Parts: sequence; C-alpha cells; structure tokens
Amino acid sequence: MERVYLDHAATTPVDSEVAEAMARILSETHGNPSSIYAEGRAARSAVDRARDEVAAAINADPSEIVFTSGGTEADNLALRGTLRARRDERDGLVTTAIEHHAVIDTARDLERHDGARLGVVGVDRYGVVDPEAIRDAIDERTSLVSVMHANNEIGTIEPIAKIGAICRHEGVTFHSDAVQTVGALEIDVREIPVDLLSINAHKFYGPKGVGALYVRRGTRVATMQTGGGQEKGRRTGTENVAGVVGLGVAMRIARERRATESPRQSELRDRVIAGVRARVPGAVLNGHPTQRLPNNASFCIPGTDGESLIVALDLEGFAVSSGSACTSGETEPSQVLLALGMDRELAKGSLRVTVGRSTTASQVDRFVDALSRVVARLRESAAVAV
Amino acid sequence: MSRVFVAMSGGVDSSVAAAILADRGEDVVGVWMRLVPSGGDVDAPRCCGTDEAGEDARRAAAALGIPFYALDYADVFGEKVVDRFVDAYAGGETPNPCVSCNQHVKFDALLHDVVRKFGGDRLATGHYVRATTGRDGRRQLLRARDASKDQSYALYMLGQRELARLEFPIGELRDKSETRAIAARFGLATATKAESMDICFAPGDYRELVRDRAPEAFVPGPVERTDGTVVGTHAGIGALTVGQRTGVGVATGERLYVLHLDTERRAAVVGTRAEIARRTYALTDVTFVAGDPPSSRFATNVVLRYRGIPLAGYVDVDRSHATLDLEAPALVAPGQAAVFYDGDEVIGGGVVARSTL
Repeated sequence: MERVYLDHAATTPVDSEVAEAMARILSETHGNPSSIYAEGRAARSAVDRARDEVAAAINADPSEIVFTSGGTEADNLALRGTLRARRDERDGLVTTAIEHHAVIDTARDLERHDGARLGVVGVDRYGVVDPEAIRDAIDERTSLVSVMHANNEIGTIEPIAKIGAICRHEGVTFHSDAVQTVGALEIDVREIPVDLLSINAHKFYGPKGVGALYVRRGTRVATMQTGGGQEKGRRTGTENVAGVVGLGVAMRIARERRATESPRQSELRDRVIAGVRARVPGAVLNGHPTQRLPNNASFCIPGTDGESLIVALDLEGFAVSSGSACTSGETEPSQVLLALGMDRELAKGSLRVTVGRSTTASQVDRFVDALSRVVARLRESAAVAV
Repeated sequence: MSRVFVAMSGGVDSSVAAAILADRGEDVVGVWMRLVPSGGDVDAPRCCGTDEAGEDARRAAAALGIPFYALDYADVFGEKVVDRFVDAYAGGETPNPCVSCNQHVKFDALLHDVVRKFGGDRLATGHYVRATTGRDGRRQLLRARDASKDQSYALYMLGQRELARLEFPIGELRDKSETRAIAARFGLATATKAESMDICFAPGDYRELVRDRAPEAFVPGPVERTDGTVVGTHAGIGALTVGQRTGVGVATGERLYVLHLDTERRAAVVGTRAEIARRTYALTDVTFVAGDPPSSRFATNVVLRYRGIPLAGYVDVDRSHATLDLEAPALVAPGQAAVFYDGDEVIGGGVVARSTL
C-alpha cells in the first residue's frame, strides 16, 4: 500500500541534499570545532557556514544565532534564560493560552519553582492573539512576552510584528516560537521587532535534534547549562556538527524554494479544506480562515474522536494527526481547541492535515475520499453494537 | 484479506497470540488498552493497563513488524471494573473484576471499536480458551487445551455475536512451555516474565483500595451466629468475603466461616462447615453461549470460582434469571460467577445473587 504522508507539522522527511551534506561531514570532518588545528578548523568552518545560512534566512547577523538541540531547547533557553538574566529587576512573564507545551509548560514551571509572575492571554475563536490584550497584560515588572508566530495545531498566524512593537515600546523582551513558520513564511528580524526566535530544523526538511535560537544583539539571556563555553557560553557543549550542517543546508533550500513552494502548498491546503467541506458533513475548520500557515488544514469533525480517526486513516494508508498529539493513548481534548472556546465533545474530534513538498493534488483527493468513508463509518458505529 | 486485531497486554500470552497470527500470514494489528490514566495513582507494576505494560506491548508489536496503537479505555475500565469492584465489596459481595473487564472492556468496548470504528474483521486475545465452530454452524467456547491454564470461567458471557469475531490462538497450545518457546522463537522479550496473579489494579491487598474508596464499608459491626448470638466484632463489611474463615471462635476450637453479610445491620453471620446447608442459589444476568439454554431445566457441571472444581447440579432458567440446585451443599459468595459446563464446553453462566438467608 502506498503511504500518503500528511503530517508535515509533526515533522518533515529529510531532504536528500541535506542527508548527503550530513553524511559527507560525518565521514570527512571529524574535528572538534573548538580545536585549533586543521581538523578543528574544518569543523568550525562547517558550523560557521551553517550559521551564515540560518542568519541569512531571517536577515539576522550570524553572531545572533545560537544552535540548540531543537525547538524545545530554544524555547526553554528563551524563557528561562531571559527570566534569569533579568530577575533582579523584573519577574513577570506573559504568554498565551495556545502556546506549544515547550513554552506554556516552561512558563508554568517558572511560575511554580522560580517565583515568576505568569500572565496567560486568551485568544479569539480563530486563535488570534489581540496585541492590545498583550499590552494590558504587561506591567512594569514584565520581563518577557512569548507569543508563537503560528500555531502548530490550528495554523493561525499571530500578529507578532504588532506585539513586538508593543513590547519594544514597553521595554520588554519579546520571544516568538517560530518553529512552524521558519522555512514557510518570510521572516525578517530587521522588520519584525522580535528579540528571540525559536527555530527547529526538522520542521523544514532538516534533521531532528537540532535547532537554533535567534538572540538579537544586546538581548540578555542567561545560560541554562555550564561547561566548555561554546556558542558564546549561551549554549555550551560540543557542537552537533552534522546536525548543524543539516540545519544550514535545509534552511538554504527552504529559502530558495519558499516563493514557489508556499503558494503551491496553499493551493493544496485549500483543496483539502474545500474537499473536506464538500465531503464531510458538519466538519468545522479550526483556526483563521485566511491568516493561516500555507500547509495547515485543521478540523473538528462532530461525531468522531481524534484517536479513532488517526487509527482508521493510518490503516487506510494515510498519516495525519489529531491536534498536537504529543500524548498518545490518551484522549484528552486539545488545550488549544479549548482555548478557542470550543465545546469539549467537538474538540475530541480534531484532525490536523499538513501538506508538504511531496504532496500532490491526487494524494489530497484520495485522502478526502478515505476520510469521508472513515467518518461515515465512525458516525455509524456510535449507533451500532458489535 | 481480512484484518485481525490483537489485544496486546505487554505480557507473553498476548504477544504470542499476535506472533501466531502474524506467522500465519494474517493482516495483524496490535492494540494496547490504556486502563489507568498515565502517571495515575494506580501504581501496579503488573497491571496490563499502565504505561510500562504499554511499552512492552509496543516493543512486542515492533518485534513482530505489525502496526500498533495505544488506545484509551481508562474511563470505561474505571467505571465498569474498578468502581463496580469497590461497590460490590462495600455491598457485601465478592466481585470478579476479570469477568467485568472481559465483559465490558475487552469484549464490548474494544470489540465494538475494532469492528465498527477501525474496520477490523476479528479480534484476538491471549486468553487460554478455545473458540470453535460446531456442526450446526454455531460458535462454541471450550476450555483451553492446557487445562491448568484454562481461563474459560472468566469468559462465559461471550455469545454468538462476539464469538463470530473472536479468536484465541493460544488456547490451542499444549502448555505454557509451548507459549514460551514461540515467544523465544520470535525474539519476544516477554518470554521470561513472571505470571501475574493479583487483582491487576489493586496489587497486594485489595482491601486498601476498597477502604480508600468506600470508607463507609469499614465501620465495625457485630459477628453473629445464625441464631443471632453475638460472638465478636469485625472491622467492616468491606474487608470480609463470604466463605472466608474468621478468627472468631478460635477460643472454642470451632472453625467458623462467613456465611452471610448483612449490610443493613453491618452484621457478619458466621457458622461452621456443618451449617453451610445451602444447595440452592439464585443467579442473575444469566447468558448462554449458544444464545439459548439447552432446555429450561438442564443438568450441568457448574464452576463457582476461578479454577474451581466443577460441581454437579441443575439449572432452571427464567429469562435472564436462573435457580441453581447443587447436588451437594456449597458456600458461594454473592457476586461470583456461576459457569455451566458440559465437559470442556462452556454452556453459559450467571452471577450469584445476594443471599436471602
């Protein structure tokens, strides 16, 4: 059976050029980037090139890029590092109800164990954060505001330029988790007043286990680990050279292809949305109708549950997701959907379809076919005993 | 090709059941049921519904190269098995949680989902029991080939509708060593695991759970003889089971057993073996594998506890109720299953009703 992969928000397949670059560096360059001899210089230079690529993609300076083990570490470093660095003057943290666990759980941990004062701002029914609500939540003790660039479950793009401007005006550090958008949307840190930005390679056809935090020059971020002092002491530990190289190549390819790939994926996304609307009665589109990621179509399907949808579709050959689904085998409705004000029962029937570079219109059509069959079966099942 | 789902607990039996089916070239899908919330308060290393068991099941499925899903049945398990278990003890009955789990979780909720939601054709489990099709085309439920492992007692509630969809591959195996050999052949890590005997969600002393959830059942009350003479006190109905020997009477050298628990007066009625004169029991929720009883009154061998000895008797059926007449007196706790056998074949069964002593 041919598999159809429609869960690119969870992760993306590694681009073959990325994989080749990583294989080459693993076999040809064994040096430690901190070593001063030739092997070390070769490794250092590979890491530098990757840093240049990542910086260029968001119009940052290479010195503003800190490599991490991924998006979660970048988010942790941004939140914990900022609160620690500024804790003598400020102890407030403002975030939103629809952040990824890497942000919201870190924020709650800081509240519980480090005495941070946490403010959680709600969203409207499309999942949009109101910049004025952020302004209202900021006070003279606020250290950091963290608002994601686009939501991983429902795809809504947040007005981070406006929020960043407010933060800058209030003298508050602004972090944005851009794990879902880097590679898909244009991000220019000289245009958007963002101080910290989280990046994750495996969301744009790079390897898992590597990411970066953009740290605007002058932004104070304390380190979370101590050691040999790599990454200017902000993220110490011998560099994941092959991973970093993969991140750099993936970033370059994403930048080169964005202008053609994003509109192409938007069309496929709209084909999913139109198909589901036509073939699955009662399906509700989650997130903003237009201000959404080019690859994300998210639905709630009444009379179904996410777990059953995923299992049944997998057995039909389709890989899709129910919300973020970081917790398998448990059927709690998504906190993000509940934050939109959605009814608990409806929220249980959530389905996220995220297209990617390899997705075709014919795959989308076959998926919509399979989904309409599966939904009909699940709805029937509720009324029938064994 | 038809698709068979296997309920995998993480233990050796269900892993081997999956291995046998996969080895036959069937389209096999492994499912594991989460029965307690993750990180929940039920910290039972032997419980098949915990995270750790789920990991074992996932690894076994991966070793067999079959798809695997962890599915959440914690709500139905909590309500239909754990809550009922506590309520039964608190009400002076002796529940059989394995029967409730089979009846409500595995062969109702899971079987329904497999067939109706996931489009599966059949469900297999790692129970030691056999299901065959008789000459008349009806499905039959038989004791396992290895009588020492037989689990048919806890499966008596299965009917034609369920059995049409069920398979029990390991019920055909000669003995546990054959199971372990197959596990070893497929490289299943479960091959050396010990067998569990506890109540899965209440390891050690189940009374702790009952005391925790139903403290009202742990109010002391009188211990009486059948003539009403008070001979002592007990710590609470929830800690007692009909048929259990009591400490009371030791001074007089008599062996006294709990004959009856009167929840209204919180009294435990005790007596000697000679006082166990009961040969007749009322049964409720009576079901038959074939759908109907062999006749409205039939002779049978009835088993009254897990791995109990078959006792000769007669059953008089009145719709979902029945009267059981044993040839010799026996002491049976209300809440236990009474399962009717004809040789190795399970005819049906019911639940022993609370006594009207």
